[in-house]
This record gives sequence, structure tokens and C-alpha cells, in this order.
Amino acid sequence: MRLSELKEGQTATVVRVGGNGLLRRRIQEMGVVKGTDLYVEKYAPLKDPMEIVLKGFHISLRVEEAADIVVENVR
Amino acid sequence: MPARHLTIALAGNPNSGKTSIFNNLTGTRQKVGNWPGVTVEKKEGHISRSGVDLTIVDLPGTYSLTPFSIEEVVARNYLLDERPDVVIVIIDASNLERSLYLATQIRELDCKALFALNMADMARARGTKIDDRKLSELLDLPVVFTVGNRNEGMDQLLEQAIRLAESTAPPARTRRVKYSADIEEAVGRLTVFMESKTDGRLPYLPRWVAVKLLEDDAIVKERLIAAAPDAGRQILQAAQALRKHLTDRFDEDPQIVMTDERYGFIAGIVREVQTSTTQQRVDVSRSIDLVLTHRLAGFPIFIFFIWAMFQLTFTLGEYPVKWIEAGVDLTAGAGASLMPEGLLRSLVVDGVIAGVGSVVKFMPNILILFFCIALFEDTGYMARSAFLMDRIMHLIGLHGKSFIPMLMGFGCNVPAIMAARTLESEKDRILTILITPFMSCSAKLPVYVVLAGAFFGARAGTVIFGLYLLGIVLSILTGRLFRSTLLKGADAPFVMELPPYRMPMAKSLLIHMWDRSKLFLRKMGKVILLGSVIVWALSSFPRAVPTFPEGAAESRPAAAVSQAQGSEVGSPEAVDEIGRMQRTQQAENSYIGRLGRFVEPVFAPLGIDWRGGVSLISGFVAKEIVVSTMGVLHAAGDGGEEDALGKALAASGMTALSALSMMVFVLLYLPCLATTAAIRRETGSYRWMFFSIGYSTTVAWVAAFLVYQGGRLLGFS
Repeated sequence: MRLSELKEGQTATVVRVGGNGLLRRRIQEMGVVKGTDLYVEKYAPLKDPMEIVLKGFHISLRVEEAADIVVENVR
Repeated sequence: MPARHLTIALAGNPNSGKTSIFNNLTGTRQKVGNWPGVTVEKKEGHISRSGVDLTIVDLPGTYSLTPFSIEEVVARNYLLDERPDVVIVIIDASNLERSLYLATQIRELDCKALFALNMADMARARGTKIDDRKLSELLDLPVVFTVGNRNEGMDQLLEQAIRLAESTAPPARTRRVKYSADIEEAVGRLTVFMESKTDGRLPYLPRWVAVKLLEDDAIVKERLIAAAPDAGRQILQAAQALRKHLTDRFDEDPQIVMTDERYGFIAGIVREVQTSTTQQRVDVSRSIDLVLTHRLAGFPIFIFFIWAMFQLTFTLGEYPVKWIEAGVDLTAGAGASLMPEGLLRSLVVDGVIAGVGSVVKFMPNILILFFCIALFEDTGYMARSAFLMDRIMHLIGLHGKSFIPMLMGFGCNVPAIMAARTLESEKDRILTILITPFMSCSAKLPVYVVLAGAFFGARAGTVIFGLYLLGIVLSILTGRLFRSTLLKGADAPFVMELPPYRMPMAKSLLIHMWDRSKLFLRKMGKVILLGSVIVWALSSFPRAVPTFPEGAAESRPAAAVSQAQGSEVGSPEAVDEIGRMQRTQQAENSYIGRLGRFVEPVFAPLGIDWRGGVSLISGFVAKEIVVSTMGVLHAAGDGGEEDALGKALAASGMTALSALSMMVFVLLYLPCLATTAAIRRETGSYRWMFFSIGYSTTVAWVAAFLVYQGGRLLGFS
């Protein structure tokens, strides 16, 4: 499943981060690596971008960027 | 004993509290400038502590040291080339894992480093405890507890830094990131190969270079070739072969694998030093965010904040601006009465004082605006405004953060362009700077009021609104055009931290505000001064051919008075009238007047006569001047009598259509001198400045041409 398909309040575990080099590297450096749990805090009022909580801090990602992150174990 | 001197660099993530620690350490003794060649802010402070002179350098806040953003390149190059004596790495205790990511990269560079474990009190309040002794032991470096926003731990931090810098023990090389066996093997093989090829002449640590080559780091590759052209090529080939081997082995780019492994190494450390009692943090910040980025309330609140910022900047700022204007007038008056009539007086009063005055009067606006922006940034609301606006701004190919500078453009382009500094990606920044001038600034309003008032009567308001709208539409089109051509791609990924809301510190707000304002005053001052003197010279030379047969330039006033006495028995109106005629004549005969005649053919297709042309040219100094120049050229008396000017304009043959064409031109054409100077400064290049001038003027001409000629075709006049 893709991160962009998650609803507010759901948590999932990262399987892999795809996408182009720069974006991929950026996301990884913020700590979105394999095995990390991501919690979808909310979507912006216009449904894009979305706010993710990981390891106790919050980041925002565009939905199209989140579509490159494959997750599993949605709960 | 000669004073010892040490350089200490501060490194850390954005929002790690680095800035407040820097402010605490250096106080107001800061020097703000730019890093060479780029527009990243460089802050330095000089202090002395226990007999040692310390230079403290604030590195740009970054998450990593991979050379993707300018900030990262700047930070890394500084560490590599300048070799500070000690690097203080600020570790945000509530974000241990991510802070350690940057920290381990700094450790890999083998700098002497120590950790400032910042805001551990906040982390503890949230149920996270960090064992500093263990952390110090695991990474083999000193750890100092600090609370940046309460000024705690600064003395110990400096003490430790000095002790570390002066110790002769080399930095420990054992407690570094250990990669998996396959990668370690590749690193080892490449290191040995490199050492055999260069016999130790490598400027950097071989292990670090090997790691970077396996990560395919473009800058390290370049530097290697520069340092050792022949051996370098062989080393690159070897690295390429190893990368291929690793890619096959992991079925993944080695660089991704290595990032994963670094985080794995860090996770191991975190497990040992951090104990968490609560899993999900419940904090005030989240509750605030529930309101401020609420699905329905988010936008209205955002709009309110922006409105408030606008009001403060331009309405509240208006008062001190008036005082400063009055002060400038007073100074000009004093200058005029103290100095003898002549060229020098004119230079001082009309050139220097008027020119400098036109810059200084922006100061209150700038101060207030930067205060508001500092407030947005320091509280963490700036990131939320980008979060809210990104969807809309993304349509133009811009980042959510571009919204604030563009909006400020409606007030004054100078602070607006300076506000673009908050954008991290250079392309985003340049694009924002290029389209901001299309936001109709407040100085253009008087022009619209005069022209629309005179020619459109009751529909003036609609016309003016339409002009603002046209500016917005053109900025959107320009954004899309440039994003797909000149500044292609690299619409920076939106991955952005939403830091917790924090109570801003007055000291940091004021330092923030003052630094930026100081830059404005110092740099703009020079350009504006020079520019105003040039425009003054163009409009003052050659001296008007006196209309009075016997009058030389110096005795003109006397001649004028005697002439007036001869004809109208010295009535003040007559003197006034003659003064006006003289100014008109001066304007007509000056170089700027000749320029107006010269460019007449350019403006003719737009329905603008030579007087309009001259007014527009003089508007380069400041857009308000367009009106006053038209006043002078149409001999309609000094300011205030807008009606009179309107009538004079109509009498001179201006029609509603040509007035509209002129307004469109004013809306779009080249930014004023102060804005141009801001563009030069903020883009760091004359190229973009001239590009902006050329582009906006071309767009202005084409748009005005379409309006005038199109209107004529449709039968309007």
C-alpha cells in the first residue's frame, strides 16, 4: 500500500522509499527508512500536503511524494 | 602571553535551538553576511573567554551533509576547508535519532566535536530520558547539557570546547559508524587502493573519501580529480566498479543502503541511551495545531494573521514613515536655507537628501515586517502557513513559503523580495523574486488614482481592481512559464519539518529583525544614493537655457522676480507661475527630457506622449515620482491638486484608452531603484537583476500595446 492512501489517524510501517534521487534521499535523511512507523496526523485543508509523525516529530509531505513511499501493516 | 585564538563552529538541524545558543554565546556581537558566492546567511560572533579569543561560526541548519542543498554544501565545505578547531553539534534531545544522523556524519569527517544536548528538560517532561554519560562513552566525545532558550549550560559548553580544542589527543577513530560487512569491505578496498595511488597526498581522510565515492558524491569526485588528476581517474574507476558490485549485491543504490545502515547504527545508540516512558506524545503544540491548521478554521485564521501583519507593516508603519518624511523635508529645508543657491545645493538637497530619504523612509516598514516574519518563523507558524498554502502555490510551480513574499509585494516590493530569503531552494527563491514585482505595490496606487480618477470617473475603483488582478494573473503565467523553461525542474520536494510551536524569545526576535534591517540599510543605501544622484544629474543637466535674455544660471531667481515685477506687479502667484514654468522648461531641456523625446517613438504605439515617457523613466527612482513628474511637465502645480493634473492631462490629448495603457505600463514595467537593488542583493547577481528589468519592461510594453491598439481596433478611444 502507498502512504498516500492512508487516512488520518492511521499508522503504517515503511517497506521502501521509491521516487527520484533527490526526493528519496531527502525523505530518507529525515528518518523515513525501512521499518520506521509513520502516523498520519492530518491532511491540509486542501487535501494536500499531508502531515506525518515519525519518531516523535512532524513532517509534511505532498501527496504525490507520499505516493512513492510503500508501507505495510496498516493499523 | 599572546592571545590564543580558536574557531568554534556550531552545527545542527533546523529548529534544534542552534540559533538561540548562538545568540546566547555571542550576544549582540554578531556579524551577519553571506557565505561567499551564495545567498545563505553567514553569522559569526567574536568573544573572549578565559583568555582565549573565540570566533563562533553559525553553520546553516541542515539535516545532513550530503551536498544536495546549498546550505549543506556550505556547511560541509566549511568543515572540510576551514577546519574549525572544534565543532559543537547541537543535538535536539526530543529528536535524538535525527540529530544523531547529522552528528555521525560530522564524526565521519574526523573533526573534534562535542555535543550540546539541547532541551533535554523538555524531552524529560515528555517522558524521555537520555543517558548522557552513555552517549558520551558510545561516541567517545564530550556531551554538555544545555537549555538554549533559558541560557543554561553555555559556560560549560565553552569551557569544554576550549579544553577539547587545546587537547593534543587526536579525535578517536574507533567509535564511528560501522557499515555491514559488504560495505566495510568495499570501503576498505577502496581506501587501500587510494592510499597506494596517492601515497598519502590526499587532502582529506581516505576512509571518508572512500565512503563518499561509494555514495557517488559529485563534489568529492570533482575535488579528487582536481587534487590528483591521473590517480583520481583510476580511483573513480575502482569506485565505480565497487558501486556496481554493491548495487548487484543489495539490489539497491549503495547510497540508499548506507543511509539505512547509518540510521540502523543510530537506532542502536538510541536504544542504549534513551528510555521512553510515554509512547505517544500529548503536547500543547499538537492541540494548537488542531486549531491553526483546522480543515475549516485554518484558512480564515491564516488570512487574519496575514491581514494583521499587513496592517502592522503598512498602517502602523505609516506613522513613523510620515515622521521620517517630515524629518527628511526638514533636513532638506535646512540644507536649502543654509547653502547658497546653486548646483551644490541642488545636488545635496534634490540628489543626496531626497535620495537617502527615499530609502530611510522604508525603515519602519522593514523593521515591522521583519519583526512579524521573525515572529512567524520563531513560533513555528511559518511552516504551517506553507503547509496551508502549498496546494495553491504548487499550481504556479512554487513552494508554499513563496506566498508570504508575494503577498508583501502589494505593500512594498523591497521587503517582499527580502522576505524571499525564507525559501530554501535557490530556484524557488529566484522565481519568487522574479514574479513578486507584478504584485502592484502601494507606491503605484497614486498613479492609478490620478489617471483612473480623471478618465474613468465612477468606474475608477473597478479599473484599479482590474489592474491588481492583471498583475496577479501575469505573475501566475510568469511563474508557470519560468518553471517550465528557465528554472526548470527542482521544484524542491516539500519534505519539510513542522516544528513544535515555541514561545518566541524577545532577544532572538530583535536580533533577527535588526540583522536583516541592517543589511537593508547598509547595502541599499549605497545603490540608492548613487542611483538618485544619477537621476538628479540627468534631470538637472544641462542647465535650462534661460528664458530671460540677460539671466545667467545663477541669477535666474533675481531675473524671475524682476520679470514678474515688470508684468504682474510681483504677485506671489506670478512668481509661482514662473517657478513652475522654469521647472517645466528644466525638465524639458534636461537630459532626461531629451531622453523622453528620444524614447517617444517607443511609447507612441502605447498612446503615451513624451511627457508620459519622461514620467515613467523618472519613476524608476520611486513609483510615486511618476505623478509628481507629470505634474511638473504638465505645469499643473505641485502635488495635492490631483484634479488639476487630471484636467491638464485631458487637455494634453490623453484619452481614457491611453490612460489605461499608461496604467498597465506602470503596473508592469521595471521595478523601482530600491527594488532593483534588492533583486541584485537577494539573487546575488546582476544577471537576474537585468533579466528582471528586461522581462518586466517587455511584458509591460506588450501588454500596454495590446490594450491601446486592441482598444482602438474595438473602437474605444
